[in-house]
Amino acid sequence: MNDKDNGFVVFSGVQKSYDGKILVVKDLNLSIAKGEFLTMLGPSGSGKTTCLLMLAGFETATQGEILLDGKPINNIPPHKREIGMVFQNYALFPHMTVAENLTFPLQVRSMSKSDQEKKVNHVLDMVQMSEFGNRRPGQLSGGQQQRIALARALVFEPELVLMDEPLGALDKQLREHMQFEIKHLHERLGVTVVYVTHDQTEALTMSDRVAVFNDGIIQQLDAPDKLYEAPDNSFVAQFIGENNTLEGTIESFEGDYVNVRLDNDQVISALAVNVREVGEKTLISIRPERVETEAERCPENAQKIIGEVLEFIYMGDVFRTRIRVGNNDEFIVKSRNSPSQQRLQPGQMVTLGCLNKDCRALDHQITSKEVLS
Amino acid sequence: MVNVDSLVGRNSLHRKVQRSLRIQKLRALGLIAPLFIFILISFVIPIGDMLFRSIENQLVSEVLPRTTEYLKSEQINEGWEPPDELFWHLYIDLAIATEVKLHTRVGSRLNYEKTGISSLFRKTGRSIKKFGADDYSKALSEQMPELASIDYWELLSQGTSEKYGYTRDTYNTWKKNLIANDHWSEKTKPSDFLFVVLANDIKSQEIDSSLDASREEKLLPVISELPEIGFKERFLDTDEDWAEPDVWDTIQLYSPSFTNGYYLNSVDFKKGSDGPKIRPENERLYVLIFSRTLFMSVTITLVCLLLGYPVAYFLANLPLKYANLFLILVLLPFWTSLLVRTSAWKVLLQNEGVINDILVATGLISNLERLELINNQTGTIIAMSHILLPFMILPLFSVMKTIHPSYVRAAKSLGATPWTAFRRVYFPQSIPGIGAGSILVFILSIGYYITPELVGGTTGTFISNRIAYHISSSLNWGLGAALGSILLAVVLALYWVYDRMVGIDNVKLG
Repeated sequence: MNDKDNGFVVFSGVQKSYDGKILVVKDLNLSIAKGEFLTMLGPSGSGKTTCLLMLAGFETATQGEILLDGKPINNIPPHKREIGMVFQNYALFPHMTVAENLTFPLQVRSMSKSDQEKKVNHVLDMVQMSEFGNRRPGQLSGGQQQRIALARALVFEPELVLMDEPLGALDKQLREHMQFEIKHLHERLGVTVVYVTHDQTEALTMSDRVAVFNDGIIQQLDAPDKLYEAPDNSFVAQFIGENNTLEGTIESFEGDYVNVRLDNDQVISALAVNVREVGEKTLISIRPERVETEAERCPENAQKIIGEVLEFIYMGDVFRTRIRVGNNDEFIVKSRNSPSQQRLQPGQMVTLGCLNKDCRALDHQITSKEVLS
Repeated sequence: MVNVDSLVGRNSLHRKVQRSLRIQKLRALGLIAPLFIFILISFVIPIGDMLFRSIENQLVSEVLPRTTEYLKSEQINEGWEPPDELFWHLYIDLAIATEVKLHTRVGSRLNYEKTGISSLFRKTGRSIKKFGADDYSKALSEQMPELASIDYWELLSQGTSEKYGYTRDTYNTWKKNLIANDHWSEKTKPSDFLFVVLANDIKSQEIDSSLDASREEKLLPVISELPEIGFKERFLDTDEDWAEPDVWDTIQLYSPSFTNGYYLNSVDFKKGSDGPKIRPENERLYVLIFSRTLFMSVTITLVCLLLGYPVAYFLANLPLKYANLFLILVLLPFWTSLLVRTSAWKVLLQNEGVINDILVATGLISNLERLELINNQTGTIIAMSHILLPFMILPLFSVMKTIHPSYVRAAKSLGATPWTAFRRVYFPQSIPGIGAGSILVFILSIGYYITPELVGGTTGTFISNRIAYHISSSLNWGLGAALGSILLAVVLALYWVYDRMVGIDNVKLG
């Protein structure tokens, strides 16, 4: 990255190995602007948590430099870094009350009693937990503990807050609610947040930018809409959101586009994103909601793909139709449940339509399902 | 949906549920029954028996019924002199007891309270036959040969005449004692002292001619010719200790069937006729040993905590595979016999032992100032801390393992130095382990026996060694039981205090 000088947090050529053989983080370069909400997203074992721990100071980088506000922090112990952190299990001290938990960071900073009280009350107000100061963490629900953990990371007003899968233990509804709360807090306080998660929805909803990790490398660093709509490689395409992949071989280049011969001998045109030469194997990525099953709904210049309906799933607001295209039995089409939308029958042959700019020709790297889940 | 049938069947349904529940309960009961019975027989009953023994004191009044009965109304003080009648009762009691050797047991029992009584009773038991009763039996039997037969005495004892009440009583007691101790047979002859009792009964009454007075008529002339036996003189001739008010005082104090005497002895008090008194300083022993036991147990617990805490911390923070390996090292001592380990400490700690030799060889101490490391408190504390250390480490380890590293990380990220993070976040969470380990080590050590016995010498022994001494050497089981009960009470009291302070719910053993 070239903005080493103006990033608030900068990872520069950082590597990390635990056993001296395998690099968990390979040459990480990342610059985070002040006030930014950056999410590190990736499957487990991708190195994202290690990056966070290195930033917090609980792990040391094997190589490279981490800068905070322009100063290298490799040799600064964690308690002097002034970084707030929210842990996956909240790590609220069970032997202290909520108020004592919140006072703790202020006490170790030798703040005056009245200031401590003022700040604790303020931060409790902020997370709407004013009445719970005297409870113990064990007496709170998961969501309440989450808020207190958040409040504790913010009470000493750090400029950088790290969050390590903070919503992982909550149920779906609460998680969605907390996502918005965290996002709003971030907007209100203007702190820089580095957020680690393996949940892509969470990453897309909350972040300014998302760094998708795999295999110790940032696969793509982009705004959520870019990541979803314009993935750089097939890992990102498959990891973020639902994705259909069609295998094929490149026949010819045509400006920004390539013609790809699918394994059922059909040739389709796709945006050339991550392909280099004719004859190369490629994976074409198409989002399920960018495919139409009915000719009259297709845009004029849509190209046609032939497939066989295998399954029709009614999901209320949408229909999911599973279609065999070439060798791919898992080609999903998502259609909105509108009155005129046709309900396809299994066994029926269907002509699918999609724009060639929605077909992205990417590298031929098939990511296993386990990694994705 | 409710039909008539099911309404009718409700009662039987209820019964069915009850029956199936009862079967379940019986099955559960059957599963715990073997252990329950085992504990009941080998644990609860013996403990109850020991607790009972610590207050039980029936022997004295059983063996010396007449003496103790007479003493009830006596006021014994410095100038008191035992009256003649008392010796008469003592003579009969002891004459009966001697025949079945019970006098030595009473002697030993009273000897716990006043030394010398045991030998006094033995001596008296040996010479009581020579008090002159044989003259009576000879003379009376000559006059009335049927008296030599036990059958005549049987008849006599079945009579109802008030005149021979004392004789009858004595005869019956004598017979009962013989039977109880398997000394009774068809050939048993009436004992000499019975003739003295009979003569006494005859002598002390007016001859009532309206009754069958042939016996009295026959015997009275003989009896009046026989010399009167001065029992007081005879007893005092045997041992002049019988004139001591102290001896009688002791017998009187320990006449009741139940006594607090053992407990008073256990806390260095002496039972006296005017209430318990603290013993003179040179006779006090048990309070010192109790406080020493407490002090050493606390010291051992602290030493174990100081040594064990870092080890447990280290183990808890190791990756699991290494932790298990080191845990085996911690448990290794358990694979060796306790006796062997203690003996090993003897080898290491003694005056010419390995440690002293090394210290001398390295010049840290001179040959003349070898350290006294064994046969004193130091030895006991060193050896027992080593032996009890695993009991501290294991609960600490199991509690520390549950303290997630993120707590300390969180504390550090909030700005706490490593020391503050430990002191305010890690340490408080490890307190349940400290509590469990401490209470385990403390309770184990307060009742420890083998190690202090082997390496404790005289200054490093525990109350349990004293209890063992009374159970197996001095055979003063009552005192042993009282000491044991006090130990049990102390442990329970400490447990209660501990529960109030720390809360027993906070204790985690694993």
